[in-house]
Amino acid sequence: MNLDLRLDTKGDFYSQRFQPTEREDTLVLNMGPQHPSTHGVLRILLEIDGEYILRAEPVLGYIHRMHEKMAEVMSYPQYLPNPGRTDYLHALAWNWAHVAAVERLMNIEVPERAEYIRVITCELNRISSHLLWWGAILLDLGAFTPIMYAFDDRERIQDIMQRNTGSRLTYCYYRFGGVAADIDDKFIEDTRTECARLKDRAKMFKDLVTDNFILRKRMEEIGEIPIDTCRRYGATGPVLRGSGQPYDVRRAEPYSIYDRFDFKIPAYDTCDSMGRYLVRMDEIQESIKIIEQALDTLPEGDYILPKAPKRPKPPAGDVYFAVEGARGKIGIHLVSDGGKSPYRLKLRAPGFSNLSLFSEVAQGTLIADAVAILASLDLVIPEIDR
Amino acid sequence: MIEAIPTQFIIIFVGLLAIMAFVGLNAVVLVYLERKVAGFIHRRPGPYEVGPPCFPHGILQPLADGLKLVGKQIFTPRGADSFLFWLAPMISIAPAIVCFIAIPFGPYLQVINTNVGLILILAFTGINVLALCLAGWASQNKYGLIGAARDISQGVAYEIPLLLVVLSVVFMTGTFNLFDIADGQGAWPWQWYIVYQPLAFILFFICALAETNRNPFDLPEAESELTAGFHTEYSGMAFACFFLAEYAYMVVAACIIAILFLGGFQGPVAPGIWWFLAKVYVLLLIMIWIRWTFPRVRFDQLLNICWKWLIPLAVLNLLITLAVIAL
Repeated sequence: MNLDLRLDTKGDFYSQRFQPTEREDTLVLNMGPQHPSTHGVLRILLEIDGEYILRAEPVLGYIHRMHEKMAEVMSYPQYLPNPGRTDYLHALAWNWAHVAAVERLMNIEVPERAEYIRVITCELNRISSHLLWWGAILLDLGAFTPIMYAFDDRERIQDIMQRNTGSRLTYCYYRFGGVAADIDDKFIEDTRTECARLKDRAKMFKDLVTDNFILRKRMEEIGEIPIDTCRRYGATGPVLRGSGQPYDVRRAEPYSIYDRFDFKIPAYDTCDSMGRYLVRMDEIQESIKIIEQALDTLPEGDYILPKAPKRPKPPAGDVYFAVEGARGKIGIHLVSDGGKSPYRLKLRAPGFSNLSLFSEVAQGTLIADAVAILASLDLVIPEIDR
Repeated sequence: MIEAIPTQFIIIFVGLLAIMAFVGLNAVVLVYLERKVAGFIHRRPGPYEVGPPCFPHGILQPLADGLKLVGKQIFTPRGADSFLFWLAPMISIAPAIVCFIAIPFGPYLQVINTNVGLILILAFTGINVLALCLAGWASQNKYGLIGAARDISQGVAYEIPLLLVVLSVVFMTGTFNLFDIADGQGAWPWQWYIVYQPLAFILFFICALAETNRNPFDLPEAESELTAGFHTEYSGMAFACFFLAEYAYMVVAACIIAILFLGGFQGPVAPGIWWFLAKVYVLLLIMIWIRWTFPRVRFDQLLNICWKWLIPLAVLNLLITLAVIAL
């Protein structure tokens, strides 16, 4: 029997070059890319002493699909479905960042109604993303049931979206100058019903799960990310807000019509996993508030600019557009040379920054806690690898 | 020739055969129950579509599961110690079956009525720790190794409050004989020992969950952390053995709780095996209910619960019992 479990001589490039600490009595554990709680194909090399993690090193690239390069060889409309494939859980935010970057470069004014539709659908998508995260983190903590309840609500949102956008997960709904299809009365009615239902469900979620004694013990004071660490790694979204900094792109640099709505930016200065958990739970409620306000004030008009370019050719120049995704700040930097496809398209994925701080935060924690911390960062691996 | 074989031996042999059938049948029922209760808690129908329409509600599902496990390839991972690797599932399942010989299912339904029945069961259930340890160690898998390490510390820690709690009941009754303990309790619920020993009942139930590696204490096989813990590398019938053993130990735990605290086969009308099985299944349903409701505790929390809460409380319970008896 090979008792030297420490050095994995048969491993691949990464495990052979993984530098363990000087100690002799540690174990190098390869977590992923096929592991139940790395949410896809993330791989983490761990050096563990018993169950305590001494070093953690994420290994990326298992689902690198060259989305940035693809942008350079495709025309603008051809690239429309791609951004939604990076972060498939909040596809519309990516979709939005892409079309808005092009619109900003071409100075396209989006009709009022289209902006409202974008806000409503994007927030619905944010809720469904947070619901899935909620189920997934509890799955990682060993509670199997909540994900079924989360999917119950998620399915309803997807049904609503499917009628309008034609897809259930990787939406490609926004177009340059508006959206692909108008919303009808049934959409509005269903959305209102679902918002009311989610408000009711929030109480049940709180009683059943958030107030659970074991859950609190597993999340409170675990995985503390100081605000300085967030700043150093450029963490955004709920991770940053869970560390007490109420930074939200929707409020900090309002795009579209977000400055018209009244909503709070939830932030918790406990810096722990529970803080991040509560931020997301509150955000679901804030998104509902935004949707209801948007539905109340929905104007009539065009859902897409009548003269919107079908095959846009933005003038030479570069533009940056950021939106607030479910995981943080999504940025698209578009450089155009005046051709029919971008000269360069840079996707700024929030998950990448959020994952980067994991190796620092995971040091000295137990494996079980590391799994919970990883889940509380809410990673979507295709977005990180792009 | 026949006279040369002692009667006791024949009884044990026949009894063991019957118990194996009972354990197998129980596993079938429990698999179905677990999946259906999980479905109920999840608000989904659970298994529903197995077999022709004359078998409604997916009642053939456990059979299909069993057939699938039998049909799987038996696989020894490279670098594994194949002797220990294949020994572990057998060590896991065999003592679980032996445990049942001392359990009084009904007034006349017990394989051997021995004065050390309770000790026998506690001793045999302890072997499971060894089996899981071997499984994790021999499979040459790091997740398995961590699972095995977790199982040992968990099993050893939770054995102590378990024994202390059992002792307080034993001091009350003055016997280790399970039949006498069950027989000593009256027919009505207020005559059962759960009324005299409520704390002991709760402590025993928690310890039983931990000893049988059930959620929220299923750390040796915590799937979100260790993929599958000690049985990561097992497939087919070897995995089924661990699975069977887990369910068998659940039943053993429920049986002991039913005997020690809930009057065993005693019941208001017509005492017998039906009362015993009803109590056992209520306890099993509670175990399943807990599994699908709570998240998993962390490992250090698990040991803290044991050393800081369960053991002191169990000692306290024992001292109070002794004081009451002495008075």
